[in-house]
Amino acid sequence: MQYQSPPTPRAKRWLEIRKPISRKNAVILGASLWAAFFIVWELAVKAGFVTELLMPSPIKVLSTLAGLLSTPDFLMDIGASMLRVAVSFLMACLVAVPLGIAMGTFRVLEAFFNPFMAAWRYLPAPSFIPVLLMWFGTGEGPKLALLFIGVVFFLITLVMDYTKQVRQEFVETSMTLGGNRKQILWTVIVPAVLPNVVVAMRQMMAVSWTYLVIAEIVASTNGIGAMMMRARRFLHTDEIMAGIVVIGVLGLLCDMAFRWLHRLMFPYVEESAR
Amino acid sequence: MTPPKLSLREIGKRYQIGAGTEIEAIRGVSFEVMENEICVLLGPSGCGKSTVLRMVAGLEEPSSGTITLDGRQIEGPGRDRGMVFQAYTSFDWLSVQQNVEYGMRLQHVPAPERARRAQHFLDLVHLSKFAKAYPKQLSGGMKQRVAIARTLANDPEMLLMDEPFGALDAETRWHMQELMISIAEETKTTILMVTHDIEEAIYMADRIVFLSRHPGTVAANIVPAFKLGKRWRRKEEVLELDGYAELERDIMKLMRQQASDEVHAVA
Repeated sequence: MQYQSPPTPRAKRWLEIRKPISRKNAVILGASLWAAFFIVWELAVKAGFVTELLMPSPIKVLSTLAGLLSTPDFLMDIGASMLRVAVSFLMACLVAVPLGIAMGTFRVLEAFFNPFMAAWRYLPAPSFIPVLLMWFGTGEGPKLALLFIGVVFFLITLVMDYTKQVRQEFVETSMTLGGNRKQILWTVIVPAVLPNVVVAMRQMMAVSWTYLVIAEIVASTNGIGAMMMRARRFLHTDEIMAGIVVIGVLGLLCDMAFRWLHRLMFPYVEESAR
Repeated sequence: MTPPKLSLREIGKRYQIGAGTEIEAIRGVSFEVMENEICVLLGPSGCGKSTVLRMVAGLEEPSSGTITLDGRQIEGPGRDRGMVFQAYTSFDWLSVQQNVEYGMRLQHVPAPERARRAQHFLDLVHLSKFAKAYPKQLSGGMKQRVAIARTLANDPEMLLMDEPFGALDAETRWHMQELMISIAEETKTTILMVTHDIEEAIYMADRIVFLSRHPGTVAANIVPAFKLGKRWRRKEEVLELDGYAELERDIMKLMRQQASDEVHAVA
C-alpha cells in the first residue's frame, strides 16, 4: 500500500467558490468596471454614436461640475438641499427613535401603534405632494413634510424591530440582579439597541436623499433638484449630470459619516455585527 | 434539623398550546436545597430542568405548588436569586469591571465600595488583569467567569446556573468546574445548577435531583455518599473514588430508561 498519487498541478482558475481574494485585486477589479464604463461612454460620444446635446462626454460633465462648484449659486443650492435633509431627518429621528424603542419594549404600545404605522408605510410619500403643496404653500414646509413622512414610518419600524432583537437573556440577567422596569429599559435595552439605531439611521438616510430630489424636482426654486430642472429648460444636459454626480457623492459621504460615527461611538461592537 | 434554604413543594407547570390543548411539562416536583449546598438538577433533554430553575429564579410562574426561599414564597425575579445563563450575557457595552459592578449600580452601592467588591470577585475568578477589557476581547470561558463574578458580587442568597458550561469546550469546562468548587468553598454560596452532563453532576453535586420527562418529575434524589461529604478540588480525585463508577452507571441507566420510554412512545 505504498501507492502515492503524484501531485497533480491544478490549473489556476479565476472563479473559485468563496475563495478569498487579495485587497489589491479587489480594488483593481472594482475600479476596472468603472474605468470601462467611462471609456465606453467617452468613446461613444467621440465616435458620434450619441448626440452630444443629450449625452455629453464624461470629461465635459466633470469640467462642468468643476465650473459649477466655483459658482456661489450652485453652492447655495447644495447648502439648501443639505439643510432640508438635515432638518427633516433630525425631526424624524426625534419622533421615531423614542417611539420605536418604546414599541419594541412594551407589547401594549406595539399593539396600539403598530397597525397604524404599518399602514402608513405602504402609502407612497410622494403621493402626498399635492396636498402638502395645498397645506404648506411652496416654501420649505412641503419639502420638509415630504422628507419627514418618507422617513419616519420606516424608521419607527426599523428601530422597533432592532429593539425586539435585544437578547432576552440580557433582560433576564438584569431582572435576576434586581433591575426594576426603569433600570432594565435604561441600562439594558437602550444601550443594547443604540448601535443598531445608528445603523437604522444610516439605512434611512439614503431614502431621505431620494425624497429630497423628488421634492426639489416637483416644486422648488432652489436646491440641487431645482437646479437640474432649470438646466433641463436650457438643454444643459452636462449640468443635470453634474447634479446627479453631486447627489450621489453627498449620499455616499453621508453613509461614510454614519459608518465612521458607528465605529467611534461603539468600539465594543463585534466587527461581524457592524 | 435546620430548615432548608430553598424548598419546592408539588411544583407543576402546564402550557397552553392552541385552543383548549394543554401540555403538562412538569408534575409534582418537590425537593429541598440546604444552606451552602451545591444541588444539581440532572436529567434527559426535555425533562423541564431548565423550567424548574427558571421558576426558582421567578422568570416563570409555576401552575401549581409553592417555592420558598428562607421560608418566604417566591414571587417574581429578585436579586436574592442571581442567575448565570448558558448563553453569554456579559453586556458588551460595559468593561469587565463595569459588568461586575452592574448589579451593585442598580442597588445604588457607592462607587468606592463597588470597585472594591468588583476587584475582590474578579480576583476570585482570576480576571483581575482583564478588568478594563471589553467582552468582545474575551473567550467563552472568560465571559462565563465575568457572569459568575457579576452574580456573586451582587451578594445573592442563592446562585442559579442554567447549563453554565454547556457552550464551552471540554478542557475549559473541566477547569470551570474546579473553579466553581473552590468558589463555592470560599463564598459559602448555595448553588442550584442545571446540567445534562453526568460526570459534571457527580463531580460538583452535594445532591443530585434527577428529573424524568413527559412530564418532568423527580425520579431520584441522590446524595453521593462515596464523596464522604467533602468537596474535591481536583476532578480526577473524584473519578478515582470507589463508588464513582457505580453511581455513574446507575444514572446512565436512569437516562437510558428515559430514552427507551421515548422510543416506545414514538413506536
